[in-house]
Amino acid sequence: MKNVSLILLFALSLLACESSSEKAEPQESTEHAEVFSEEDGLSVYQLTSSWENQFGEQVQLNSLQGKPVVLAMIYSTCKAACPRLVADMKGIEADLDEHGMSDVHFVLVSIDPENDTPAVMQKFIADNRMDKRWTFLRSSEENTREFANIMAVRYTEISPIDYSHSNIISLIDENGVLRFQQEGLGVDNVELVKNATLLLH
Amino acid sequence: MLNRVSIWYGKMNSIQRSLLASMIFGLSLMYSSHASDTNHMADVSGGYFVPMYGVVDNESVFVDSFSIMPHLVTNQEFLTFVRENRKWMKSNVRRLFADEGYLSYWTSDTTFTDSLKFAPVASVSWFAAKAYCECQGMRLPTTNEWEFVAMADSKVVDARKDSVYTASILKAYELRGTNLLPVGLYPPNIWGVYDIHKYVWEWTSDFNAIMISGENRDNNNAGLFCGAGSLGASDLMNYAAFMRYAFRNSIEAKYTLRGLGFRCAL
Repeated sequence: MKNVSLILLFALSLLACESSSEKAEPQESTEHAEVFSEEDGLSVYQLTSSWENQFGEQVQLNSLQGKPVVLAMIYSTCKAACPRLVADMKGIEADLDEHGMSDVHFVLVSIDPENDTPAVMQKFIADNRMDKRWTFLRSSEENTREFANIMAVRYTEISPIDYSHSNIISLIDENGVLRFQQEGLGVDNVELVKNATLLLH
Repeated sequence: MLNRVSIWYGKMNSIQRSLLASMIFGLSLMYSSHASDTNHMADVSGGYFVPMYGVVDNESVFVDSFSIMPHLVTNQEFLTFVRENRKWMKSNVRRLFADEGYLSYWTSDTTFTDSLKFAPVASVSWFAAKAYCECQGMRLPTTNEWEFVAMADSKVVDARKDSVYTASILKAYELRGTNLLPVGLYPPNIWGVYDIHKYVWEWTSDFNAIMISGENRDNNNAGLFCGAGSLGASDLMNYAAFMRYAFRNSIEAKYTLRGLGFRCAL
């Protein structure tokens, strides 16, 4: 019987939803200094979701850590807004290059992970003449929704090939903290570029 | 196959046998404890319906059969969750996942006014609600699922045509302090689901997936936005639903509001 109750305990611990590691954290820690800084608490690199890039490699978002990131959520078959959103990103790229600020990641996150396979993403990168600073990522629908919620980007599937979505370009600093968002199409890039320049200095 | 298994079983010594038996027993317990959770769930038979927003040309959408918690998640239940998942305690929660209002009415990480024990938990972000449901082996309901349940009254599956039904919902929205009441005071709807309109508004998994303003409201600029202009309201008489969609459209996942709680689905 003792054996059985041990097994039962084991079973219950499995059900406890990954809580064991968290329980190990000292309970009183927050009474003293903050365990984490406010900055850490805001970092998107806290997300542990797994993503696939245009080369079919599995990556975590924190692989982008260390450099500022300019990011938009799009889908490759989009005919209307996405090409303009991508054009805006390329405009930002050109402006930053002009300032000699080229050490930046440019990231596209697919809101249509089913159709944006690595091959499709790679073709998109090639067709738009994007250099190796550009990454196209996809993940599960759930991870994508979670990421969009972090970035306050809204999107919805209208038909299997058409999505409605926010037109937002985000600037994330080297630690993963969202610094600036530019909303709309054909918007003047000045503010975003200025913010990026500050990060790079 | 069975024969092979019995030969294999015969070759095992007694320790291996008892280990195997307890493993099977343990697994069955795991299964049954999950199953007993779902015994309390309200089963909803799916079907077609025309949601107020989010479909092209008023097409109906099909909602698969699913189960949903008959009651809103209470403060007491959420306390159990944060005790086991300390990162969701209000002093630990990361700002990326919940704003400053997170559980603001709790008196500490693990305490709140005693009278709120069975009242719905509120001031929790979408991320926290999602984590809670995942911990129970569940998920948040989709907006379509939630609206599907919400169109029922105590007698029929779709009471939206009933003006009394809509009026009663609007009246419920006007009530203040309903988030302080214990859940389940009023009779359930036909699915056995309680308090869907009376207490707090509820998180759904894709609460912000339907865009009714801003991004695609300007039909003159239809070409600027993918799929723009194709989403219109299907039933402008359903003002209560309109309020819900407008509300969902106005919030972000990290927001915490005193009038916004959740329940899980499966």
